[in-house]
Amino acid sequence: MSEAPRLELRAAPFLHRGLSTRRLMYEVLASLVPVVGAAVYFFGVAALLVVLASSAGAVLTEWFFGASRRGLGTLRDGSALLTGVLLALTLPPALPLWMAFLGGVVAIGLGKTIWGGLGQNLFNPALVGRAFLQAAFPEALTTWTPPGRDLWSVPASTFAWPFMRADVDVTTSATPLGLAKFAGQPTELEALWFGNTAGSLGETSAVVLVVCGLVLALRRVFDWRLCVSTILGVALLSGVLHAVLPEQCPPPAFTVLSGGLLFGAVYMVTDPVTTPLTPLGAWIFGSGVAVLVVLIRVWGGLPEGVMYAILLMNAATPLINRYSQPRPYGG
Amino acid sequence: MIGPWVLWGGPSFRHGVHPEASKEATNRLPIERMPFVERYVVPMSQHTGAPAVPVVRRGERVHRGQIVGRPHGYLSVAVHAPVTGVVEAVEPRPHPTGTRQLAVVIRADPFDPQRAAHIRPADPRWLPREEILRRIQLGGLVGLGGAAFPTHVKLDVPEGKRVRFVVLNGCECEPYLTCDHRLMVERRDAVVRGLRILMQVTGCERGYIGIEADKPDAIEALQAEARDDPRVEVVSLRVKYPQGAERMLIETIFHREVPSGKLPLDLEILVQNVATAAALADLFDRGQPLIERVVTAAGDGLRRAANLLVPIGTPLADVVEHCGGLREEARQVILGGPMMGQAQKTLEAPIVKGTSGVLAFSRPLGFVEEDPCIRCGRCLEACPMILNPSRLAALARQQDVEALERLHALDCFECGSCAYVCPSHIPLVQLIRVGKALVRQARRTRQVA
Repeated sequence: MSEAPRLELRAAPFLHRGLSTRRLMYEVLASLVPVVGAAVYFFGVAALLVVLASSAGAVLTEWFFGASRRGLGTLRDGSALLTGVLLALTLPPALPLWMAFLGGVVAIGLGKTIWGGLGQNLFNPALVGRAFLQAAFPEALTTWTPPGRDLWSVPASTFAWPFMRADVDVTTSATPLGLAKFAGQPTELEALWFGNTAGSLGETSAVVLVVCGLVLALRRVFDWRLCVSTILGVALLSGVLHAVLPEQCPPPAFTVLSGGLLFGAVYMVTDPVTTPLTPLGAWIFGSGVAVLVVLIRVWGGLPEGVMYAILLMNAATPLINRYSQPRPYGG
Repeated sequence: MIGPWVLWGGPSFRHGVHPEASKEATNRLPIERMPFVERYVVPMSQHTGAPAVPVVRRGERVHRGQIVGRPHGYLSVAVHAPVTGVVEAVEPRPHPTGTRQLAVVIRADPFDPQRAAHIRPADPRWLPREEILRRIQLGGLVGLGGAAFPTHVKLDVPEGKRVRFVVLNGCECEPYLTCDHRLMVERRDAVVRGLRILMQVTGCERGYIGIEADKPDAIEALQAEARDDPRVEVVSLRVKYPQGAERMLIETIFHREVPSGKLPLDLEILVQNVATAAALADLFDRGQPLIERVVTAAGDGLRRAANLLVPIGTPLADVVEHCGGLREEARQVILGGPMMGQAQKTLEAPIVKGTSGVLAFSRPLGFVEEDPCIRCGRCLEACPMILNPSRLAALARQQDVEALERLHALDCFECGSCAYVCPSHIPLVQLIRVGKALVRQARRTRQVA
């Protein structure tokens, strides 16, 4: 009889599909490369600097709080970096870098760590960071620069000293939503589709977001129901409202393609941690976001409402989870 | 190569997962009879229920097929000598569950021709029901799909209930295993004969044989065998894990769910494994009790893969030896399938009635550090019982017995689909198992109070 080898003892199952949280995070990060690329294409290298500053804030904060663990600690799963990049993509291109950095710090510190780290937070960390910035620096967060800048020219505001007022050296412009709401000016759908408009870094190019969303959904990185229900809900609701109140509510194609809706639907609504677990819950969540977005955009004081819509639905997630449990087999 | 036409071919249950089937190594290998070895270890506990009671003593000569352990009560079956020889010991020995269990150790007589001591064959049509059930119990028959539930108990339909449908389970959804597949191909007559006996004993009208679509030769063989029996239907099922679970099989074929806490019998359905049916045919037609079974030996840690007809009680080490031994790089040995089987620390345990596979792997999953749950919901979409595994696991950690019970923790049959898909590598099955134990304990306490 052969000598018994050292056998490993472990409980079933002995097979694993091979997915890891880390891989999921890096897949999303990889899908963000073209989004960041589009931002740089339209808004110049300043966009990249905002992404770097925000990511640095997020990663350093995660490292600071996770330092008790050996080595890179919780940084390895990539979720902090992802939060930093996502936050940056919701910010205006000419934002001072120190604000972007501070946003990253708040996103991880207040958005994630104080809840107990990855998987524990109630609100989307990137949007917590953005909500903080919006409240703290309302002016900077609504200063939009038009696209088509020279690639290497950086607005003076980018390098503003912390808490110092910097003159905005560029011509500012309004976003398509702002134009529609406050000036009654329409924007060409073609411009919205390709991204040739003013807006946050990652939100302007619909075509890039649609392609990235499709890739992520087909690779099963996120739950497609969350994304589809949000977009479909906005399209349906704004379609009905546009038919009834054409003066107040723009057509559905404009509503879906403008502002942060597609970016939110692909990258924010699909955050697994802060959205419902169950398939039914996903539909409820997406529909809720859609209703709130349309309500805020049509009747609210702000031109855009995606951020608040998602944060409000985040708060409702535990409740949705509770009441959307599927009926067990034979139960 | 399994194409999508097979994956989507045929009806199925909700949810489930698609692990790599990995059956190519053995699904064309005919069943070979494993030669007799020197020593056999026959545990008294090889079935659900009370262990059998040894009726032989050290030094006693026993014949192949002779009862060495009698059933202890109703929920128990007899255990037989797999070989003619001398009882060497009656003592606790290593068991596949990792514990030590009372076993009869028999040293084989090398000069004996090893013909089985048969009981007289009998046609169940001429036997009274009690006699049929008694023969099944004394024949040592249990479900051979893995759970090893005593067959006579399953067939003992209580007063006021009846069976209208008998389903033979030939899904074999566990990766690597091909023992049922080969049995259906090579012993089609015994399988269909066993189905007819089951239908006759329960007095039922229709029989189904459910087989996953990746075994076309088995489907063809049984269709041909049952061709002139209009009561029997062979159903091709979509390839999906755990299609072979009783409740999933019923959902697939009948589009009905067995209510929580109830049995298939409450839907007038009886499910038996194809190998159990063949063993039933052997018992009545040839008078052979359950002393051997087909076992698949496979995995990259074994030098040779095979489908073996193994005497029950054969030590694992001998089976491995017969397959050329373990490769040097083998790091894990599993009894059963890779989704629900049991890892072995040593090769001392014997093959028992419920053992369907001996798998050896050189690159086991290993210990992967657990990440926090990111609430992705993949476990919910995998669970065939439509439970919430991540929640149940969290509740088990908190020992929240009331919530565990409310969320149907006891309905989990530990198929492992949730842990298979979990990106955070949370040991969901182990945690839920703890949760189930807590609920059972609480129920017992309540009964006493």
